[in-house]
Amino acid sequence: MTEQVHPTVERQTMDADIVCVGFGPATGGFLTTLSRELVCEDGTAKLESSVAPGLPPQVICYERADDIGFGVSGVVTPGNGIRKSFPDLDLAQIPLAVPVKHEVVLYLLDPLGASRRSALLRCADKAIRALKGILPFEREAFKLPYIPPFLRKDGGLLLSISQFNQWVGTQLLGSGAVQIWPGTPVAQPLFDDNSVIGVRLLDQGTDKQGRPEAGFMPGMDIRAALTVVGDGPVGNVGREIDFHFGMPEGRHKRDWAVGMKMVVNLPEGCPLEPGTVLHTFGYPEPEIFGFLYVYPDNVASLGIFVPSWFDSPVRTSYRYLQHWMMHPYLWQYLEGATLRSWGAKTLEESGKRGEPHLVGNGYARIGEGSGSTNMLTNSGVDEAWITGVQLAEAVVELLKEKKPFTQENLEATYVRRRRSSDLDKQSCIAEKSRDGFGSGLVPGMLGMAATGFTGGMLNIGSEPKQPYKRLPTLADYYKGRIPAEELEQIVRDCTARGVSAHSTLMDRCGWPQIPYDGKLLMSQQDALLLGGKVQAPGGYADHVCFLYPNLCQSCGTKICIEVCSGQAITPGVDGVPQFDREKCIHCGACLWNCATPHPDNPERTVLDFRAGTGGLHSADN
Amino acid sequence: MSTPYQIVVCGSIVPDPLQTLEPIATPNGPALKNEMMLPAVLDPWAKHALYEAANLASKQPGSKVYLVSLGPKAKLQQVMMTMAQKVPFELVAIDGSSSGFTEASEVAAALAAAIKAIPGVDLTRLLLFGGWESASRGAGSTLQMVGEQLGIINQFQGVDKLTCNADGTLEVLERIEGGKHQVSKCSCPPAVLGWATGMLPEPPNNPQIGMVNMRSIMPALQKAQPAAVGAQGLSFASVSLPKQQRTTKVIKDMPADEIASEIVAWVSQD
Repeated sequence: MTEQVHPTVERQTMDADIVCVGFGPATGGFLTTLSRELVCEDGTAKLESSVAPGLPPQVICYERADDIGFGVSGVVTPGNGIRKSFPDLDLAQIPLAVPVKHEVVLYLLDPLGASRRSALLRCADKAIRALKGILPFEREAFKLPYIPPFLRKDGGLLLSISQFNQWVGTQLLGSGAVQIWPGTPVAQPLFDDNSVIGVRLLDQGTDKQGRPEAGFMPGMDIRAALTVVGDGPVGNVGREIDFHFGMPEGRHKRDWAVGMKMVVNLPEGCPLEPGTVLHTFGYPEPEIFGFLYVYPDNVASLGIFVPSWFDSPVRTSYRYLQHWMMHPYLWQYLEGATLRSWGAKTLEESGKRGEPHLVGNGYARIGEGSGSTNMLTNSGVDEAWITGVQLAEAVVELLKEKKPFTQENLEATYVRRRRSSDLDKQSCIAEKSRDGFGSGLVPGMLGMAATGFTGGMLNIGSEPKQPYKRLPTLADYYKGRIPAEELEQIVRDCTARGVSAHSTLMDRCGWPQIPYDGKLLMSQQDALLLGGKVQAPGGYADHVCFLYPNLCQSCGTKICIEVCSGQAITPGVDGVPQFDREKCIHCGACLWNCATPHPDNPERTVLDFRAGTGGLHSADN
Repeated sequence: MSTPYQIVVCGSIVPDPLQTLEPIATPNGPALKNEMMLPAVLDPWAKHALYEAANLASKQPGSKVYLVSLGPKAKLQQVMMTMAQKVPFELVAIDGSSSGFTEASEVAAALAAAIKAIPGVDLTRLLLFGGWESASRGAGSTLQMVGEQLGIINQFQGVDKLTCNADGTLEVLERIEGGKHQVSKCSCPPAVLGWATGMLPEPPNNPQIGMVNMRSIMPALQKAQPAAVGAQGLSFASVSLPKQQRTTKVIKDMPADEIASEIVAWVSQD
């Protein structure tokens, strides 16, 4: 899949004991646990390297982004696994970290009348408005009087994932036991028959098609006895391993969401206390969920999730985020706020159902890409961390016993730990908790309640379909709202102007224009520049590729253009979208939103998301 | 016959130039808002100097490159993980503030002391490199003072090219007013060269260079001595940024004449 243009070129090789792909919470948990077992206090080796005799095992981690602290997420997490790793955790040492103090779940009504609401929701809205005198109703928002225990994060933590990663990474680097190299994308895993024997780094000094240019430096092969794959939901190494070995029977990754987020300075005098957690649903479209977490010093992280079961062929995030912020309930706190940073990321929402083969000869999977996210409790960071810890404990056990990293040995150590843990038990309970959302918001909420209150005994809904199978055509989606001829004209006009159509279509459906203030409300391009700055160093191949241009030409929705979080994918010549790496923020939404299945694999699409450098430069997220 | 040089590059970290910075007043003097949270990079000017130093060292057998860097230890550590894969160097770390509000003479004194403490430092082979100015300060004064404190008389600023001749002389291409260059000759080291952009592209990441560099970087960070270079005791009457005005538009393939006209119109506004 990510085969580079010159596979036969002579490459340098380097040997390591363990090579890790991606530095996030899972790899943080892995390296934190492992690094404590490699070196004695006097600096001598506790365990010995097989590639550098006399030294501790050589452990290297490669991270794609330009810094280890360029994550994109505000996080509320139970934090149990993290606290276990750091029993004396002092949150004051981690910028923007604060304990959870107060949680609120809000159902947002539509103050504009522009969103698509089912008859059931419209009735519910009418009933709530009629009873607003006796219900906890304020500024078009209904505050749920009860939060189910499985959704609560009592005693949990609010974190900025960037700052948390930076804090963890600083300690790891300071230990000298492991190395973390940012700005170094991994192009692909190296296979040898049925084993993974290391990774290949991305070629440098190429043109956008990957052809060598001046300064060409073939990506080095890093050979290692164990490759730890923690490259997240859209990581190319994890996906390539999935394609190579296949997914376990009955497992697949079909539920996704794109989370678009901001970190803001709240206006002076904002009454929200640090540690406050607001969760919302119902607006701007019923399928879109929102969050607002309040950090210390009058800073907040906020955003929306646009899921793959929101059956809109123009499901953009940016403009919906702006309308969500301007909902009267939220605007009472956000009016006058200032953008600090902005970003987006894909969330793999299949949870246990998306669990790949966790181990094989020479490799192990951890974190979100390994299906660790709990879809019932909406929790992923702590779970990812725990999977890293479990793998590290297994690795130490194998190193001490001088056993090789075979599938059998990794099954007996890592997988055994994972299967016997509470993490896995909870993950099994949650496996079908979101199936109801395939039929809409109300069945989805009922399904979560059924799963949560019966411990997974009762679930609502059926196995999800691939996102492309759910997507209606533009004509079907706008039937009854925009006449077919007018719709075609709008799309033609936007294509001719080289822009996506969603904003024009939202205007046409009654969504008001956003009154830009240059502080919080601004154009999407300004958000790219002010909200973290996008960096795309030259000398690398494009990481978004249209594998079958002829199929893209005949694609009716071109949803990749509509969903692109950075407006990096635009209408191109001959009907094939074009990609501008200088605007890509690496959210990966184009990968799973693509509406055309791959001819050889129905679980893939014809848009490929490969290894790439750059992205957002923000340490706030 | 080639001369083996000791090339000492002075360069610290600055906030990633892509960030929006906001000065604030603190009990310890002025600082940048959320300074420790801002992503950092090696000062772009110093980065050019480092690449030039490594290139020169690769052509002059026996030469060695030192990077002397004053900054908060934790941030230095992070930035070194990016820089270490670029070119071979040995780090000399000094733990202290690297904000744009430090006192240049204090910084220069700390750097000069660290250079003098490098084992085997030899003025007759020393080339002192750095940026001709800093992205965090722009005064261009620190490197000159370091040179003075080391007793180096030959100083060049705005350097774009250095040629080391077979007879041991140095030929320096310096930027001067009017968009021109001046060629100077210097009989031998020591010399101070404050680099402009130089002539070299950014080297690719080389994992093997990174592994080798790392062997000295971590011990250097652990040994880093603290330096008091802050603005303690000073009070600034006011600190402000130019008013930011942003009207973004992205246009590909815009003719140069049109770009120039727009810039002229924009400049003429004030």
